[in-house]
Amino acid sequence: MLQIKDIYKTFNAGTINEKRALQGVSLHLKPGDFVTVIGGNGAGKSTLMNTVSGAYPVDEGKILIDGVDVTHLPEYKRAKFIGRVFQDPMMGTAATMQIEENMALAARRGKIRTLLPGITNKERKFYKEQLKILDLGLEDRLTAKVGLLSGGQRQALTLLMAALQKPKLLLLDEHTAALDPKTAAKVLDATQRIVDKDNLTTLMITHNMRDAIAYGNRLIMMYDGRVVVDVSGEEKKNLTVERLLNLFSEVSGSDEADDKLLLG
Amino acid sequence: MAVLLERFLNFGNSLPGVLSQGLIWGIMAIGLYITYKILELSDLTVDGSFCTGGAVCIVMMAMGQPTWLAMVCAFLAGMVAGSITGFLHTVCKIPAILSGILTQLGLWTINMFIMGLKQGELISTLTIPARNSKPLVSAMFLTKALDGSKPLYLYPPLTMGVATVLIIAVLYWFFGTERGCSIRATGANEHMARAQGINTGVNKMIGLMLANGLVALSGSLFAQYNGNAEINMGRGAIVIGLAAIIIGDVLFSKLFKNFALKLLAVSIGAIIYYVVIQAVLTLLKVDSQYLKLMSAAIVAIFLTVPNFSGKHPKKHKKQEVPACSK
Ligand SMILES: Nc1ncnc2c1ncn2[C@@H]1O[C@H](COP(=O)(O)OP(=O)(O)OP(=O)(O)O)[C@@H](O)[C@H]1O
Ligand SMILES: [Mg+2]
Repeated sequence: MLQIKDIYKTFNAGTINEKRALQGVSLHLKPGDFVTVIGGNGAGKSTLMNTVSGAYPVDEGKILIDGVDVTHLPEYKRAKFIGRVFQDPMMGTAATMQIEENMALAARRGKIRTLLPGITNKERKFYKEQLKILDLGLEDRLTAKVGLLSGGQRQALTLLMAALQKPKLLLLDEHTAALDPKTAAKVLDATQRIVDKDNLTTLMITHNMRDAIAYGNRLIMMYDGRVVVDVSGEEKKNLTVERLLNLFSEVSGSDEADDKLLLG
Repeated sequence: MAVLLERFLNFGNSLPGVLSQGLIWGIMAIGLYITYKILELSDLTVDGSFCTGGAVCIVMMAMGQPTWLAMVCAFLAGMVAGSITGFLHTVCKIPAILSGILTQLGLWTINMFIMGLKQGELISTLTIPARNSKPLVSAMFLTKALDGSKPLYLYPPLTMGVATVLIIAVLYWFFGTERGCSIRATGANEHMARAQGINTGVNKMIGLMLANGLVALSGSLFAQYNGNAEINMGRGAIVIGLAAIIIGDVLFSKLFKNFALKLLAVSIGAIIYYVVIQAVLTLLKVDSQYLKLMSAAIVAIFLTVPNFSGKHPKKHKKQEVPACSK
């Protein structure tokens, strides 16, 4: 479903601030794969996602979604294939617009915006049903401005919006990191349900190793712009935090207990 | 005492005219609302495109074209002006403010060129020919429509009131369409808009074109009302527009939640602004040369107060991070 072929990305090339964020990353996701991504700060996780979404162009390499080469497609065109939830709960929704308006915008992802009504009554009913999945009581607040919602509610809504128009790829960049533990658990729970419902191909970055182990059928670890660990199947199921830390020490060549900090 | 009474009478007599002009400027302010409030862009093109509208309209009337066609062309010319700013901003990636200033500066020459089309030279004032021209609004109609020498529907406050309602209705419809909603999303959160597959560059372009089209339409009405187009007619338009938006917002934001009513608030804001200015001019007998300084001061105060009163929620800071997730 997603093919990343040997991509490179360097920021501020040729200056003293040069940063090689991605140094030859290749990754193939099969349809229905739910991959969790871990790695220390600055490992290149977000950069990887931003190159897939088209927020940054790559320097080298290719990105294919469902066989379509999207490497040179602008962000807004790639959005047709991709649903996204950001770390910052403010980023995924339009605060000054209503819940139903936000959903209507998401339902038209990848379609030409015409002069037909921006939202119809039939849609409203559908959105109400969809919001019930979240179990946050939002189904009774369709016309509330999104700016009035809490961070967790906004994140859950963004998630729902990302899946509304079934994406070929769901990208989640630490989408629970800004939430308190209880809310984070709720949003993760909703994530699982939404992914399961349509069997979405998903890439989820997290700093929480327990979550990375508990969710998905495959786990990759990034270090210094590369994918250094890639486990799936039975091995993934039997992973423990300890085993993961050991793996990290092996690849990073350090045996410091600080690795825990690096991975969060 | 008699002097004061006379001043009050003068003020009262001037009100229908003030109302008409307030409504005309209100249309300009509604255009500005699209860029300033909906797209959150500071567009300084308006000082120039306002005059472009007046120039195109009057020159076409002077060439014997029907008024409606002159106004349609004025609207289109404003859209072209907006598209230039849009091009500089979205394609050349020049900051919006600077793009607007550049267009505005260039329009100075263009506007003189348009006004001088008939003579083939640059001119800075163009008067509507008295004969054969049928303006939609004119200061002269204030009395003529009432004494019966012109039909009543040409009474300027009435004409402009109807025009304002029509424009608000069309905009209300447009911003409820798929395209209109996506333009609102572009202004509200560009990251979100792009993530939802919205071409934000095109939407900004559409917004700038629509806004400047309305500004030019307003300019064409203003020129008809005064009987001439003049190169300086748009100077300070942006300040008047902002004043109208802010006055409308401060007075009606609690009351008006609906989009159409918010646009109406802008128009009322423009009227109030004009009434206040007129009151200062006629009641206090302030020299009109002081007007620009006063306007600037009033708008500065209105822009300042909401930031400190705490009543008005502060606008959320715009995200400057280029990355979409960090
Ligand atoms: N827009 C940018 N300009 C310059 N450098 C950047 C930019 N975005 C990321 N970088 C750099 O690229 C490297 C990888 O960053 P990235 O955001 O991908 O890390 P990450 O794995 O997501 O880390 P974190 O866990 O902190 O989110 C970092 O050194 C970062 O400073
Ligand atoms: Mg990151």
